[in-house]
Amino acid sequence: MKYLDEFRDGQLARGLAARICQETDSTRHYALMEFCGGHTHAICRYGIEDLLPGNVRLIHGPGCPVCVLPGGRLQAAIDLAEQERVILCGYGDLLRVPGARGDTLLKAKARGADVRMVYSVDDALDAACTHPNQQVVFFAIGFETTTPPTAVAIQQARREGLGNFSVYCNHVLTPPALRALLAAPLPSPHRRQGIVQIKGQIDGFIGPAHVSTIIGSQPYEFVATDYQRPLVIAGFEPLDVLQAILMLIRQINANDVRVDNEYTRAVSPEGNRKAQRLMDEVFTIRPSFEWRGLGELPGSALAIRPAFADWDAERRFTIPAIPAIDHKACICAEVLRGVTRPEECKVFATACTPDHPLGACMVSAEGACAAHYHYGRFRQAAAS
Amino acid sequence: MNPRRDVFPHRLDLQHGCVELSHGGGGRAMAQLIEELFLAAFDNAWLRAQDDGARLMVPPGRLTIATDSHVVSPLFFPGGDIGCLSVHGTINDVAMAGAWPLYLAATFILEEGFPLADLKRIVDSMAHAARHAGVPIVTGDTKVVERGKGDGVFITTTGIGVIPEGVAVSAHQAQPGDAILLSGSLGDHGMAVMAQRENLRFDTSIESDTAALHKLVAAMVAAVPGIHCLRDPTRGGLGCALNEIAQQAGAGMRLREAAIPVHEPVRALCEFLGLDPLYVANEGKLLAICPAEFADTLLAVMHGHSLGREAAIIGEVVADPHCFVEMATVFGGRRLVDWLSGEQLPRIC
Repeated sequence: MKYLDEFRDGQLARGLAARICQETDSTRHYALMEFCGGHTHAICRYGIEDLLPGNVRLIHGPGCPVCVLPGGRLQAAIDLAEQERVILCGYGDLLRVPGARGDTLLKAKARGADVRMVYSVDDALDAACTHPNQQVVFFAIGFETTTPPTAVAIQQARREGLGNFSVYCNHVLTPPALRALLAAPLPSPHRRQGIVQIKGQIDGFIGPAHVSTIIGSQPYEFVATDYQRPLVIAGFEPLDVLQAILMLIRQINANDVRVDNEYTRAVSPEGNRKAQRLMDEVFTIRPSFEWRGLGELPGSALAIRPAFADWDAERRFTIPAIPAIDHKACICAEVLRGVTRPEECKVFATACTPDHPLGACMVSAEGACAAHYHYGRFRQAAAS
Repeated sequence: MNPRRDVFPHRLDLQHGCVELSHGGGGRAMAQLIEELFLAAFDNAWLRAQDDGARLMVPPGRLTIATDSHVVSPLFFPGGDIGCLSVHGTINDVAMAGAWPLYLAATFILEEGFPLADLKRIVDSMAHAARHAGVPIVTGDTKVVERGKGDGVFITTTGIGVIPEGVAVSAHQAQPGDAILLSGSLGDHGMAVMAQRENLRFDTSIESDTAALHKLVAAMVAAVPGIHCLRDPTRGGLGCALNEIAQQAGAGMRLREAAIPVHEPVRALCEFLGLDPLYVANEGKLLAICPAEFADTLLAVMHGHSLGREAAIIGEVVADPHCFVEMATVFGGRRLVDWLSGEQLPRIC
């Protein structure tokens, strides 16, 4: 496949892996977090961890939009879908995520709710046009990547006077989540295999691919300036990830901390200005928003501006705030920060599985625990 | 067959007519639908007898029976339709016991209002598939449900076949050291159907691989009667089929991703939608597990058959108490090929 196979070449991978091995300092430990679920998916699907030396550890971050959606807001969407004359449209892997009461949109669909899986917000607009006597609600989730299309849809609905279309906005922002990870207090140092480590200390970040095509590389500068950590923006292909790991290791070794861009074929420093303008026209930043696994994060999500209130499902319908508390055995916050590995959680692969997820990390295939469960748990079995 | 003008003075309007509740009511309308549509298409001595059940001659040996329901949407897709699919599906289930299929039975659940022209197209496709496979449809049943209580047409087919002497195929037989063979490329059926769904409208060249595999199987068991296991990786694809076998056999599997054939357009569409071809449905492929020493012979036999030209040895069975299916990736790493959790849904990012 042109433009993809080039970035999955096994021979090039072996060359890069050899260079990573040569350049890592065996007296230290490298804890690198890939923020995005897309990277987690590539790492697990291609088995990238097998190519890395033992002292380079990848921590799967919170950049899985389905995972971090709080159960209460999901439950609100389920309740909305069960209202008379409502068609609720959402993206695929959102449909089986459990809400506050363990219910899912797929179960609601089975009970008779009109829940539709869509591939883009355009499908929801089409549904509104073809069902003028029903209320079509688009369940908008995702980071900055999926936000501009939602903005375009809301503008289109206003232009066309589509009175039966609205958006339940759950779009979240990447930089505030990164800041929250960096600002979290860390446990005391400990010794592992003779090397002093601080559990949860992240030495560098593999920065988002698609998100960065929209926001550019500039919004991550605080990672280097305020927290002295390197960040390398990388594409979602496995060679991109290996190259970014090499770039991070070089920065860490040279103590030369900055934001770097491996994904130059798609990301510029300033990002996509047109998409940013669109987002700014339609959305405003919420004072605070709950992230499943991370809690309330200030300025971390978007709401629809009052000028577009007529297309805001939170204004059109009465949507109560539903409290959702993760299972008490769940330690997702620690897993997402890299303090604990998925397999170290007591309920991993026992009470908490992809079929019956208890916490954020297990709900979508891109979540840290689900990715480990689906692709990597043979390593744990081999180790025991 | 000559229409019986005395019994049915007005012929069924197979161009503009629709299925009506009376077509399942047991009366004259149903008799006419059977005679002018099903009997005309499937025409054979058993059906012509018009008894409730067919009386069959069976050769000596062990019999196998398999049944399969078909509820595909859309009903017509590139490379096939629900009609030929319902014939191939059951023939393949019978063949996966190493058996030669002998007879089929077919049950139709029709929705009131379903166009007779579409039904004729489906029935003709079934008749063609059955004739081409050499497996007659010898009995059947028709029910009609009210409009809104079905999805056009559901077809259930049941098949019986006879297992050749000396053939003992079962997933329980798979043993560490065995070779795993795949008859051809993955994902063609699932992606052909998905590309046709109304909300995607992809313009692709992907066609369903729907095909009857019994002749390929016959050649394989004749050459290597010691085949341990045969399985057609339909719903859930190769990934789920191998996990099923691993659990039944109490063993693990090690696959080589580079050896698994996937056609370029299927790979591209899967990539676009965030799907893994390992879990996409196939309707004309089989997995064979056999002792390693017979693997090359079996592969050569498969290559010699039109439905096995792209066959490949894709891995081996290993001792593993966890029954994990692992894969060496093209990239040089390893990954688990796990069961699917529910249906495979497209990823957001």
